[in-house]
Amino acid sequence: MGHVSVAPTEIARPESAEEHLVVPEPDVPWVTLVHNDPVNLMSYVTYVFQAYFGYSKDKAHKLMLDVHQKGRAVVSSGTREEMERDVQAMHGYGLWATLTQDRN
Amino acid sequence: MAGHFEATPGGGAAVALDEVEIAILRSLAVQLLELIGPGDEPAAGEDPLAALFTEGPSEPPTDPALARLFPEAYGDGDEELRAASSEFRRFTENDLRTRKREDALVVVRTLDALTPGGDGAAVLTLTADECRNWLGSLNDLRLTIGTRLEVSDEDDGEEGSLYRLPDSDPRKPMVMAYLWLGALQETLVETLMS
Repeated sequence: MGHVSVAPTEIARPESAEEHLVVPEPDVPWVTLVHNDPVNLMSYVTYVFQAYFGYSKDKAHKLMLDVHQKGRAVVSSGTREEMERDVQAMHGYGLWATLTQDRN
Repeated sequence: MAGHFEATPGGGAAVALDEVEIAILRSLAVQLLELIGPGDEPAAGEDPLAALFTEGPSEPPTDPALARLFPEAYGDGDEELRAASSEFRRFTENDLRTRKREDALVVVRTLDALTPGGDGAAVLTLTADECRNWLGSLNDLRLTIGTRLEVSDEDDGEEGSLYRLPDSDPRKPMVMAYLWLGALQETLVETLMS
C-alpha cells in the first residue's frame, strides 16, 4: 500500500512532435522537493533530513538552508515509487514536500 | 530544566512542567485530536479486515490547518498532477491521520501518567520513542496554530508584528502558546541531535 503509479503502460507510441512534448521520458528521474514554510523550525528540518535520509549533519544543514533561503530544495531523487515514499515520509514529519519529474 | 527538555540516559528526555503548562499541553493535544478526527476503526460487527482496504479521501481538506497537515503530493499543476495527488491521497492519508493521532494520544497519555507534587508541578520523562511522538505532535500543533495565526516569513525574528502584539489583542494568548511550543520543540530536537 502507499505506492501509487499512474505511469504510462503503453511503451510504443506513435511518433509525433506534439506527443514528444507531453510524454515523459521513462528514464528521467523523479525528485522530492521540500518547500519553505514559515512555521517549521530550522533545527527540526535539519533533524528530519538526518533522521530520515541518514544525511550527515553538514549536508542536512546545507539542504535546510537551501529550503529556507531559496524557497525549496531537492532532497532526494529516484524512481517515482521511491519519491512517493519519501514525500509520504516528509508529510509524516510535517514538512511540506512534493514530488516532480526532474526536467533539468 | 524548567521550560526546556534535557536528554536523559538511554536516548530519552525530561522536562519540568508546572500545573498550567500541563493543562495547556493536554488541552492543545486534545484539540488536535478533535481536528484530525476519529479513526476508521470498523463498527461493531463489521469485518475488521475491511478497514485495511478502506480508501482515504481523494480531495484535500478544506480547513487550511488540515490542508497543511495533509498536503498535496504533486504540487500545483494540470489535471494529470491533480489526479496523481488524488490517487496518492486515497492511499496514504488514512495512514498519515493514524500516525498523527497516535502521536497526540501519546502526549495525552504521558501527561495523564504524571504524578504532580503539591504545587501541581511534575517532571515529564519520555522514552526515546515517546520523544519522537512528542516531537511530531509539537510540530503538528505549531503547524495548526501557525496556520490559524497566519504566521508568515515576515513574522520571523523580533521585528515580526505578530510577536509584538499589544496585550489587548485577542490573538495574544495563542501567539504566546505558539512561541512556547516552539521553544519546547527546539530543546527536544536538541536532545535528539546531541
